[in-house]
Amino acid sequence: MTGFLALLSRDLRLAWRRPGDVAVVLAFFVVATVLFPLGIGPQANILARIAAGVLWCTALFASMLSLDRLFAADYEDGSLDLLLLAPWPLELAALAKCAAHWIVTGLPLAVLAPLLGVTFGLPPEALLALAATLLVGTPTLSLIGGLAASLTLGARRGGALLALLALPLCVPTLIFGAAAIETLMTGEDLLAHIAILAALALVALATTPWAMAAALRQAGE
Amino acid sequence: MADLHFLANPARFRRFSQRVLPGLVFATVLSFAVGLYLALMHSPPDYQQGETVRIMFVHVPSAWLSMAGYALLAALGASLLVWRHPLAALMARATAPVGACFALVCLLTGSLWGRPMWGTYWVWDARLTSMLLLFFLYLGHIALSRAYDDPDRGDRAAAILALVGIINLPIIKFSVDWWNTLHQPASIMRLDAPAIHPAILMPLLWMAGSFLLLFITLVLVRTETEIDRRRLEMADQLS
Repeated sequence: MTGFLALLSRDLRLAWRRPGDVAVVLAFFVVATVLFPLGIGPQANILARIAAGVLWCTALFASMLSLDRLFAADYEDGSLDLLLLAPWPLELAALAKCAAHWIVTGLPLAVLAPLLGVTFGLPPEALLALAATLLVGTPTLSLIGGLAASLTLGARRGGALLALLALPLCVPTLIFGAAAIETLMTGEDLLAHIAILAALALVALATTPWAMAAALRQAGE
Repeated sequence: MADLHFLANPARFRRFSQRVLPGLVFATVLSFAVGLYLALMHSPPDYQQGETVRIMFVHVPSAWLSMAGYALLAALGASLLVWRHPLAALMARATAPVGACFALVCLLTGSLWGRPMWGTYWVWDARLTSMLLLFFLYLGHIALSRAYDDPDRGDRAAAILALVGIINLPIIKFSVDWWNTLHQPASIMRLDAPAIHPAILMPLLWMAGSFLLLFITLVLVRTETEIDRRRLEMADQLS
């Protein structure tokens, strides 16, 4: 556990000292989202209808975009070899990296999304629901993305490949995340959707660390 | 499975497949000749779908085999990671494009069937969407296994991906089913609404058998090719 916390705080410190990396991801999220009203047109009813889906998709892209450096820096400077040799489970190390990624991107995305939702004309309760679903759903994206990042470590054309691997696996989260906001219009139970998102996150939490560790061990060989 | 372990050695596998292949090719051709006659000539047109029902004789077997192919990919991935069978990696490399092609054939024939039946080439039906996602999973597997300069690394990364994919497939299937029922009412005609009449079912099963033979033949031929390719690469490196 000390190893987990040490690695987590190290990654957070690294992100803190280079705030530009995070800012670029968030800027991408804002710009990509803003393109949709420009492309589709400013009709308020259409924008409010598609807001949840658009914000979820752009959040998904933004979190993929930041993932290809997740393990790459450690792989290049040799820290990964030390992690492999460390006397505590590699699964925990992978989990710590994903947790740091989530704190640095998932959390700000969840905070930022409601602000963008305002420009799409979402009602206040939908903004709250959007933040809540992103809060529960983005850990899954970080974990699945982390898995794709560890699989593509050292591969040619890693970035695009990462997205190709991760995006189909993220479909369930996207579906339930975007649909949760529509429940407010159809009068269904929002909590049920959030519970399913949480279940997806738990499944990812229980399975991906093993796969990530297996992939990282191969990268280290 | 234990009986198949003797095939894990590529050289032994190659001798085995070379002995089996001629008969297999013959059986495939014969089976397709009979199956295509049954499907295209002998079986009656459907009372609702007319002649277009014959697309199903290609569509359904390729759907079955593309799903079975992914299960095979996951099994090969497991045997590569657990037992480090060198053949499993080569066979997975051989299987993935074949499975992807079957998935693509399924999608294309489905959309050709959908045009006269549903009036559109594509609907965001749950089954179509999950088959499309299966196709993407295949593409990811193919791209990942060929993305490394060291083929062994690509093989093992792709094996992990196949295992993660097989865990995820039911979840994706469930969520897509759920997504579709939420977004659209079930207004489209479903193929599986009435029980299938034996006059249609028999050629369908025959064609499924033919496709299975074709699948096995293609995988064996491609595995042989992969073995040869790997040998040539090794010879290149040594010389």
